[in-house]
Amino acid sequence: MSTTSFPLAPTELEWKLPPRGRIAMFALIAAEAAIFTIFVVAYLFYIGKSLSGPMPSEVLSPPFLYTVCLLSSSLTIHFAARSLRVGNVRSFGAWWLSTISLGAIFLYGTASEWHRLIYKDGLTITTNLFGTTYYSLVGLHGFHVVVGLLAMTTVMVFTIVGAMKQEHAERIDVLSLYWHFVDGVWIVVFTIVYVIGR
Amino acid sequence: MSTESIAWPSASAESRSFVDTLHEWVTTVDHKRLGILYIIYALVFLLIGGIEAAIIRIQLIRPHNNFVSPQVFNRLFTMHGTTMIFFVVMPVLFGFANYLIPLMIGARDMAFPRLNAFSFWMTAFGGLLLYFSLVGANGLYGAGNAPDVGWFAYAPLTSRTFSVGHSTDFWTLALLVSGFGSIGTAINIVATILCMRCQGMTLAKMPLFAWLNLVMAGLVILAVSPLTAAQIMLLVDRYLGGHFFDTQAGGSAVFWMHFFWIFGHPEVYVLVLPAFAFASEIIPVFSRKPIFGYPVMVGATVAIGFISMSVWAHHMFTVGMGANVNTFFVISTMAIAVPTGIKIFNWLATIWGGKIEFKTPMLFCIAFLFQFLIAGLTGVMMSAAPFDWQLGSSYFVVAHFHYVIVGGILFTLFGAFYYWFPKMSGRMYSETLGKLHFWLFLIGFHLTFDFMHIPGLLGMPRRIYTYEPGRGWDTWNFIVTIGVFFQAAAIVVFLGNLIWSYFRGKAAGNDPWDAWTLEWSTNSPPPAYNFYTIPSVQSRRPLWDLKHPDDPDWKYE
Repeated sequence: MSTTSFPLAPTELEWKLPPRGRIAMFALIAAEAAIFTIFVVAYLFYIGKSLSGPMPSEVLSPPFLYTVCLLSSSLTIHFAARSLRVGNVRSFGAWWLSTISLGAIFLYGTASEWHRLIYKDGLTITTNLFGTTYYSLVGLHGFHVVVGLLAMTTVMVFTIVGAMKQEHAERIDVLSLYWHFVDGVWIVVFTIVYVIGR
Repeated sequence: MSTESIAWPSASAESRSFVDTLHEWVTTVDHKRLGILYIIYALVFLLIGGIEAAIIRIQLIRPHNNFVSPQVFNRLFTMHGTTMIFFVVMPVLFGFANYLIPLMIGARDMAFPRLNAFSFWMTAFGGLLLYFSLVGANGLYGAGNAPDVGWFAYAPLTSRTFSVGHSTDFWTLALLVSGFGSIGTAINIVATILCMRCQGMTLAKMPLFAWLNLVMAGLVILAVSPLTAAQIMLLVDRYLGGHFFDTQAGGSAVFWMHFFWIFGHPEVYVLVLPAFAFASEIIPVFSRKPIFGYPVMVGATVAIGFISMSVWAHHMFTVGMGANVNTFFVISTMAIAVPTGIKIFNWLATIWGGKIEFKTPMLFCIAFLFQFLIAGLTGVMMSAAPFDWQLGSSYFVVAHFHYVIVGGILFTLFGAFYYWFPKMSGRMYSETLGKLHFWLFLIGFHLTFDFMHIPGLLGMPRRIYTYEPGRGWDTWNFIVTIGVFFQAAAIVVFLGNLIWSYFRGKAAGNDPWDAWTLEWSTNSPPPAYNFYTIPSVQSRRPLWDLKHPDDPDWKYE
């Protein structure tokens, strides 16, 4: 029988805990998902309840091209993270830059759609319930895209000045989790705004 | 110029050290200091919220009283509710969680110390924002200062039409900002508990305190976020002219109710789970027995976490949601009494046959057991929709939830203050003053909140600023207000005890209670790095194993 002295000598058993960055990002994603859920529920509930036009069917058309851009950025960020894990910083930089570009193209798509809706169709956040819910939900998603782009641009600056190393792969993985989430949310937003809501 | 620079170092040595201390506290990322900051911050707001409650009760001591105007009365109950929930109970519970979790799981700090500091200052800023409404919200409108829409701020009261000026904006921004702080802390707690445990501390060997706070943090993540979303919608409505809760443009006022209570009911469990956590640490130590039914306690906690997400609309029976919806929420609300009841039985079974020491923390926990049982029973009464139709928005409801929050949460919180005060300060508190505090508060609590049920049953609505004589409410209201003075006296004794003991108390030593969890193995107060060497555990009671090497716990677990 071993005498139990304190602190106990480390046992031979390996002691492994999940990485805290990943766990925290999952927790953050859960919180964000809850926020989006409320906005999605509000959007669904208010479909067809606007008292005046313009209605979604009159002014919205699905932004297929920009959607493809955003969703493929999930793929490029995956390749970027994989490159960094094996220490290929140059390839990481290329994939990372293409991820930022695809995200920026998507953001341009949202901006041009909003510009058209506001100046051509006269739909603002005050016009009707559709305007209120549409700009809130798409805007909330767009805000998350902006945050992601800012974070990724910071990483890009580090890459350009040569500060990016293989040892940062874990952190890049955490950031890419966030980006995957933003892309996943877009699938939901696209479905309810441009498919169900129209 | 030159003399000044020569004189500088010696002349201001003392004031510099004060500035240094202040600088250290303001810039700290140490979980123990942040925990204490949270706790002191909450105590300040406890005094403010308590004074508001006292004014409310003085106004209601007799019919047709004119102590405050109806307008001020509305502001008082709004500020009292908002302050107590968001800026007293949540911060104080986060404070204890911050201070104790890393110590209990054998870690040197939280997973993200800087996020921790950020979260605290967000919460602190939120509270300041709420009270800044007193000077800031008057604005150009002359429309009254503090928020007066009630703590759940039902639409359309919060619309620009009915809430001119900025008071509601301060309310919503304060909750939004402190909500970010709460979510940050919750993420930190989850990451700390899952990723920072010392060697050997599997999930099944964590102290129950950690388990309950883990579930609490999960609930904060899932429940405070909807509130954040709802506050964003309210801001869109108020500032950008949106129509989320604008019924004239097709929006829905009931939607706000749903969004608020999707937050509001899990919030009750966010507040009560840490109270359970305190009880689950204090009761075993003062019964000299390990906790009864540890796995069942964990299971019940997780069950409460899940069920609490599906009971919110029992706050809305009087809205008229239809029979099917009502039935669902009646059943789910009654169901949550089951895991809660299991917990009560487990605490009783822990005490049963134990060698009970009636120290102040234990007294508070025993009172908690009785009072929380009654609070739960009135909760089950009101979970029946027809009963709720009779008593919704009456003083019976007010009495019920104060029984939960004061009789349940605040009592265990006081117990926690006394139990961990020696660890945090290195000094023993005065047991005499502690007992005086307990008995004064117990008498005050029962005078106030037992008798508050009765005017509710007799039909007295909540939130009225005065009432007609001769409805049978007069005597009860008088007794209720008398109880407030006992509670106020008890709080004075409590604060006096803390301050006196901090400066004059006897040295406590590392382990004054002969307890079993890791925080008692290090110094009192613990050094910045917590443990000289990171501990390694084999059972749920590592210090028992240490003190009883001939009969360690891990043989039986």
